[in-house]
Order: sequence, then structure tokens, then C-alpha cells
Amino acid sequence: MTWTPDQPIVSLKDVRKSFGTVEVLSGITLDVMKGEVICIIGPSGSGKSTLIRCINALNDIQAGSITVEGLEVNDPKLDKLSLRKKVGMVFQQYNLFPHKTVLQNVMMAPIKVLRQNRTEVEDRARALIAKVRLNGKEDAYPGELSGGQQQRVAIARSLAMNPDVMLFDEVTAALDPETVKEVLTTIKDLAAEGMTCILVTHEMGFAREIADCVYFTDRGVIVESGPPATFFDNAQDPRTQQFLSQIL
Amino acid sequence: MEFANTLIDWLRPDWFLNLVVISDDYNRGRYLAGLWMTVKLSVLSIFFSLIIGILGAAVQGAPSRALRVLVGAFVAFFRNTPPLVQLYFFYFAIGTVLRITGENGLPQPLVSNFGWAVIALSLFAGALNVEIFRAGVEAVPRSTVEAAEALGYTRLQIYRDIVLPLAIRISLPALGTNLVNLVKTTTLAYAIAVPELLYISAQIWSEDLNVREMMNVLLVSYVGLVAILVWVLHRWEKTLRIPGYGE
Repeated sequence: MTWTPDQPIVSLKDVRKSFGTVEVLSGITLDVMKGEVICIIGPSGSGKSTLIRCINALNDIQAGSITVEGLEVNDPKLDKLSLRKKVGMVFQQYNLFPHKTVLQNVMMAPIKVLRQNRTEVEDRARALIAKVRLNGKEDAYPGELSGGQQQRVAIARSLAMNPDVMLFDEVTAALDPETVKEVLTTIKDLAAEGMTCILVTHEMGFAREIADCVYFTDRGVIVESGPPATFFDNAQDPRTQQFLSQIL
Repeated sequence: MEFANTLIDWLRPDWFLNLVVISDDYNRGRYLAGLWMTVKLSVLSIFFSLIIGILGAAVQGAPSRALRVLVGAFVAFFRNTPPLVQLYFFYFAIGTVLRITGENGLPQPLVSNFGWAVIALSLFAGALNVEIFRAGVEAVPRSTVEAAEALGYTRLQIYRDIVLPLAIRISLPALGTNLVNLVKTTTLAYAIAVPELLYISAQIWSEDLNVREMMNVLLVSYVGLVAILVWVLHRWEKTLRIPGYGE
């Protein structure tokens, strides 16, 4: 099946995932169109992170199907590289390569994985570092940067691979309140440029501002979803209402 | 008082002024040859033990269960048997089987005693290096590896470009201890008549009856050798240091 832009770029159908006997995802169905920004919220342990980790095959699934641009993610014959070229991911703990400078962190994957020309990659990497507002930090090591700066490097590193979809897994959860904003601004810029973004977040204000659609997950299922205005102000399900009342 | 005099007599520094390895051309040549042999043994064994360590640690993280068990058995064997026994095992048990027919029609060993010493010492220290590197590999956060996976790296690229460079840095202190031990363990090659420093020194003192002087020469020589190794390792550690990491 070839994918065309009028179809969902990411599509999950009745996805089930267990760790041992514990079912973490109990039938998740959701579609994301190209250029859409969706936010997944929910209490701890509701399977949010597992859900987006499944999209780029960091976790496998037991049942259902996930497709990215028509690519069957859980096909054992899948060439993982072709999937990971399309999907970028940013993690809660940044996970930069500590022995490489900022510039090297951004340049490594395009050179080693995509085998692109070094000078072209370097130009692009410098532009990306400027884009996440870290000019002048090219030669710094991750250990010399603040959490917020490291997270922006992680975003630039992911963007250097020219992905079509970006996954953000609680990317501000480990940051100081004052550095959260700089990372959120970076993501907002990306979304404004039309990048398809799937975010797991606890930043409700941000979700309301940026998302085209908000999904609330609890105990492995999507309880409720909708555009942020209706979702936050007019939640229907009692579980959503309870969660929002605790958090807002 | 008698005891004190003996001690003072023993500590008299005149041995230093009367060193055959300095004053006597023949003995100096022998000493230097022995020192050179010890250096060769050390350098070759360090080199091969590092390769064994890196490969072994890589295999221990591999999906193949059979390979992992094999490496585990290798490590257990070499860690839990005395190095001298290992050396004898290679030289006397395997060395006598591995023979080829020489040009004169007589059987001769395929591997020299020097060769067996390098093999035995490399395997002995290599087995410990496998454990040291494995501990380093396990200390690399899983999440860092996942980030590389998410960027499309293959297993081999992740090991070579991410895991190994970090694991080596984590392993360096333990590795240093093991390599220093390896240099000291080269004296065991004496037992299979490799003409290294201890062997040569024993020859000199049995001919010149200067055990005390040669003992001092030996100890000073090994302190010097180990000091050089420690200096090299220290320099290495310094060049590998990452600003802001692990401080």
C-alpha cells in the first residue's frame, strides 16, 4: 500500500501491548494527519510513553497495527532504518551522546546513518543549532549545558535527520520551570512550520495552545479526545473531568 | 646491636656503585636484552588482551546465547585458575602436541616459548578485561542507546560509536589496575625459560653471586616499567576526559 498525503501519516488501529502479564495498551486507535499536532495527556502509568515509543518501534506491540506513511511498523521484515528516517524522537532525559560536542551530536546520524556529505551536513547542523537558539554552543559538550539547552540540542539532532513526524516524550518533565519555556518555544516554532508532532505532555497550557487534538488516556485506553477548546472546557467523561480538576 | 649492624650493612648503598649491569659490558647487554624482552611481552600482551576484552564484551551483549555462554566459560576458566598453571598448560600440554616437522626432518614446536607466554598472558588478562569492559558497557545508560536506535543506528554502529567510547571511559580505572598486574605477571614467563628480566637477572646472580644487587636492580626496573605504563594510562585518561561529564 502506498501512502498519499490525504491519508493519516500515523495510524494506530486497536493497538495492544503488554509487559509480561500487565496490559499497558488495551486497544488504542488514533489517526494523525500530516501537519497535525496532537497531545496525549493522562495520569502516570496510563501508557502514554509506551504508546509513542511503539510508533517508532522502540517497543513492539502484541496486537493491532501501526502504520507510518503506509509503513507497517510491526512487520518483522520492516527495515527499521526506513521507519526511523521518517520518525524523529525526543526523550525526557535528552539522551545526548555525552562524549560528542553539540555540533557532533547533530551531525553524527546524518553522516553515519544516511551517509550524507559532511560539509552539507555541517551547514545544515549549524543552521539547526541556530534555529534552536544555541549559536555559539556548537563546540560545547552536553555536560556543559543546562537541561533546557540539552533538550534543544536533542531536538536539533532529531531534526537533522529530516523526519516527517516528531515524537516528544515528556520532553519538559525533567526541566526547571524557567527552561521549560525555551523548549516549548522551539516546539511551537516547529509546529508552526507544519511539522507533524505527537507529544506526550503534562503542560496543559501548552497543549491547549498548540494542539489540534488532545487525547486523554487512562489505563491503556483513550478515554476522550477532541480539539483543545472543547476538551479542556467541556470534558464529557467523568475520568477526564476528575483528571483535569486535579491538574488545572 | 648485632641485628642493627646487619641491617645497616644490608642497606649500605655501595651496591649501587658496584652494579655489574652498569659496569660490565657483557652483563649490561644481557640486562638490556632481558628488559627489552619484558617490554615486548608486556606490550604485546596488553595489546592482545585489550582486543580480547573488547571482542568478548561485545559478544556478551550479543543475541546469540551459545556465544555468550562460550565467552562466559572462557572468562570463568581464565579467572579461576592460576596464571602459572595456564602458562604450563599451554607450553607443556598444548605446545608438545602442536609440532611441525622442521627442515632437518625433526619435529619442532610450532609456537616458541615466547609465543606461548604472549598467548597465555593475553588470554589471562583478556579474560579479566572482558569483565571490566562488560561492566563499562552495562554502565552506559539504556536510554542513550535508545536515542541512537531512534536515530536509525545499527547495532554495530551503536557499539562502535556510542557504547564503546563511553564504556572505555568508565572502565579505565579498573583497566589500569589489570594492565599493571599484567606487566608484573610477565615474570611468570621465567617458568618456561623466556629470557625476560627476571630470568636474565637470575642468570646474572647465579654467575656473579650478587643476589642482593640484582634484587634491587629488578625491583627498580619494574617500578620504572609500571611507572611508564601508569603515566601512559594517565595521559590516555586525560585525553578522553569530556568536559562536564562524570565530574
